[in-house]
Amino acid sequence: MKAAAVAIASLVALTALALLSPQWLVFMAMLMLAKGVVVLGLLVLMRTGLVSFGQGLYFGIGAYAAALLSHGLHVADAAVMLLAGAAAAALIAALLGLLLAGYRDIFFAMLSLAFSMILYGLLVKSAALGSTDGFNLHARTFFGVALAPGVERRVFLIAGAVFAVVVALLVHRLFRGHWGRLATGVRDNELRVSYLGASPYRAVYVNYLIAGAMAGLGGALAALAVGHVDPETTYWTTSGEFVFIAILGGTQSILAPFVAATIFEALRTVASQYAPNLWQMSLGLAMLAIIMFLPAGLWTLAERRRRSA
Amino acid sequence: MSAVLTAQGLHKSFGAVRAAADINLTFDPDTVVSLIGANGAGKTTFLNIVTGYLRPDSGHILFGERDIVGFSPRQITKLGISRSFQIPQLFNSLSVRENLLVAESIAATDDPQAATDEALTRFELAPYAAQKAGLVPEGIRKLLDVAMALSSRSKLLLLDEPTSGVSADEKVAIMDVVIGAARAARVTVIFVEHDMDIVARFAGRVVAFYDGGIIADGSPDTVLRAENVRRYVIGEEIPHAAA
Amino acid sequence: MSSILPVAFDGIAYASWLFLISAGLTLIYGVMRILNVAHGSLYALGAYAACSLAGVWLGGGLPAAGSFAMLLLAAILVGCLVGPLIERGLLQWMYGKDEVVLVLITYAVFLIMEDVIKLVWGVDSLLLPEPYALPGYFLLGGLPYPVYNVLLIAMALATGLALAWALYRTRKGKLLLAVIHDREMSMAMGINVSRVYLATFAVGATLAALGGAFTAPTIAVTPGIGVEVIVLAFAVVVIGGLGSLGGAALGALLVGLVRAATVRYWPEAELFSIYAVMAMVLIARPKGLFAAQEARKI
Repeated sequence: MKAAAVAIASLVALTALALLSPQWLVFMAMLMLAKGVVVLGLLVLMRTGLVSFGQGLYFGIGAYAAALLSHGLHVADAAVMLLAGAAAAALIAALLGLLLAGYRDIFFAMLSLAFSMILYGLLVKSAALGSTDGFNLHARTFFGVALAPGVERRVFLIAGAVFAVVVALLVHRLFRGHWGRLATGVRDNELRVSYLGASPYRAVYVNYLIAGAMAGLGGALAALAVGHVDPETTYWTTSGEFVFIAILGGTQSILAPFVAATIFEALRTVASQYAPNLWQMSLGLAMLAIIMFLPAGLWTLAERRRRSA
Repeated sequence: MSAVLTAQGLHKSFGAVRAAADINLTFDPDTVVSLIGANGAGKTTFLNIVTGYLRPDSGHILFGERDIVGFSPRQITKLGISRSFQIPQLFNSLSVRENLLVAESIAATDDPQAATDEALTRFELAPYAAQKAGLVPEGIRKLLDVAMALSSRSKLLLLDEPTSGVSADEKVAIMDVVIGAARAARVTVIFVEHDMDIVARFAGRVVAFYDGGIIADGSPDTVLRAENVRRYVIGEEIPHAAA
Repeated sequence: MSSILPVAFDGIAYASWLFLISAGLTLIYGVMRILNVAHGSLYALGAYAACSLAGVWLGGGLPAAGSFAMLLLAAILVGCLVGPLIERGLLQWMYGKDEVVLVLITYAVFLIMEDVIKLVWGVDSLLLPEPYALPGYFLLGGLPYPVYNVLLIAMALATGLALAWALYRTRKGKLLLAVIHDREMSMAMGINVSRVYLATFAVGATLAALGGAFTAPTIAVTPGIGVEVIVLAFAVVVIGGLGSLGGAALGALLVGLVRAATVRYWPEAELFSIYAVMAMVLIARPKGLFAAQEARKI
């Protein structure tokens, strides 16, 4: 099967990267995976026609949940941290989703943004959590196995790769089956979905929950990569970044978010080196260009080439 | 035999407009009933009330024995009333086949794929199966809309102007397919229609609406000949006969 | 009891500032169906332009009172030059796109303008304390209170009344209301929608810049000041009901008072309280306090 082949190839490539490449590249690959997972979650939500400008909420919850485990409870196992990040985000998404699933379009987008700003407001004022500075976290074991200093990140990257690939395969299955078609149905015509006897509210709720859990996983992975968390993770510009990456890649493919996240991180690294004051402008211009000329995202370029070949 | 659907004393107004004024109707199983009337007479309002899209100001809707006033469209669909729309309500970015597949999957059919293939054949949609629903001709969209409504294995099928928006010579063909499929599924049909030839040809009973109320109810022969129906519904110029 | 008065004053002053910005945002949304993220940049531009113009004025040794005129001039310049530039140069090609896509487009404009500001004015903070200190202070509940805030309140009131008058009492304003109510019908009736859009965007941009220009004397003007403002204004507008001017006024007042009260009695919850109010309003009234009715679909 094609999806399985791509999954295995990705895993092998990432494992090789984790074992052989310099530390900075390992770090970047982790960030890329983390953001890719968050954006893939956003894609799940976008299937129902909704865009969240507040995924930073779950990204931040995932990051802080992982960090608090190490900081407060002295749990230093990376696998537990990743799962806890996803679980904490899913828990909050399950609550907020009850309210948000009733909203559509711009109201959904802005209300989700408001919730992320509530958390931001709490975090910057919370002295116990380091206020605007945040705090550091440490992971020393993986599934109970103690790691030698210096190789932790390499192991975390492999762990992140396994988690990301599994999640991506699940989403792939989801999109191809009834649930994916139903979500598209909700996007196209909610009235008809209701008149077929299904609940658009429930479809949106479940997809919101999935997107939240994935953002939490991504947040925990990013926290492991950086070794530090701060309120910036929940700020609306972080959420905006996720939406940008989603637009950049397009919604055609499961791989698109990861490719787009890689391009995004690579560009950001180059820009921060050579033209820190032109980074946002380049982002803005790129976003306009994509919306105008490639409304389905960069992935359309790859598709076009494949078709003409 | 007990009635499939009973409307008792339905009232509904929008501001000063009476959309339903004391509607009392009973529909028997395995019948095909046509609702006629000028635009704004209250036909679609009646369908919207029955399917829970609108809540009546007062009155009851009994589906079998059960009062369904206050139920949502989704609950009512699950109970066994389905409908099609004057403007087909489809999933435009999905293919014709995928549209049906969504419908059959929601209906929790044992084998949605097989049920979809069956519906494609029955509704003569197979040649269009792979095309996007947003891009097929209006007649095909109309048929797909009805096919999706029938997927829920309902007992009562409401059709809102199933032949509007298609050319005159297509109308009979579409209705042949639709009524044939409904008969095969043993479902009671209520359809709103403006074309009196179609009404006369396919309906076993005709209910005429005017200004939110019912002005005639009976066999096509009697209703379509009634003077007030000819005047108010069909719009014929009838000289005032001496009383 | 003595502490209530300053809190109320603070709240109303904050509400006045919020209203100036939110009124522009809701006006643009009401007419053009664009939730303009770049509104934050126009606000920032207003503040920067005010610093430059008033700086030149004061640097030239001209009478200090004239710096207020410079603040106003800065806002009008930004609104009537940059506003139309964005609308004619970009947005006019985007009408008819999905509302969420339009948000992204204005978000892109916002990102671009953030860097433009850095390129023009640099990354260091600018200070313009003179206009704030100039009118002096009066005693409120035994404490000195800046007269500048009273001026701000007066200006927001005047702006609000002028907007209401222009919308409901003039022919042009009624045309605008017609466009808000039913765009297709307005076009069919021969209203030049393109020109209405241009004018609306210029007015909205001027209001954002006005908010920025009159904030400049009270803060250190640094890159990124538009970032927080835009989400605040969103909250206000959503509370009031998208596209409703009265809603923006009420939303601004609600947020202003709640914020002032939390800053005074529970400072940790400042940001939290604002968005909590928004969430609560939306739970009670899903489309905001003054929401438009939706038409039947089938």
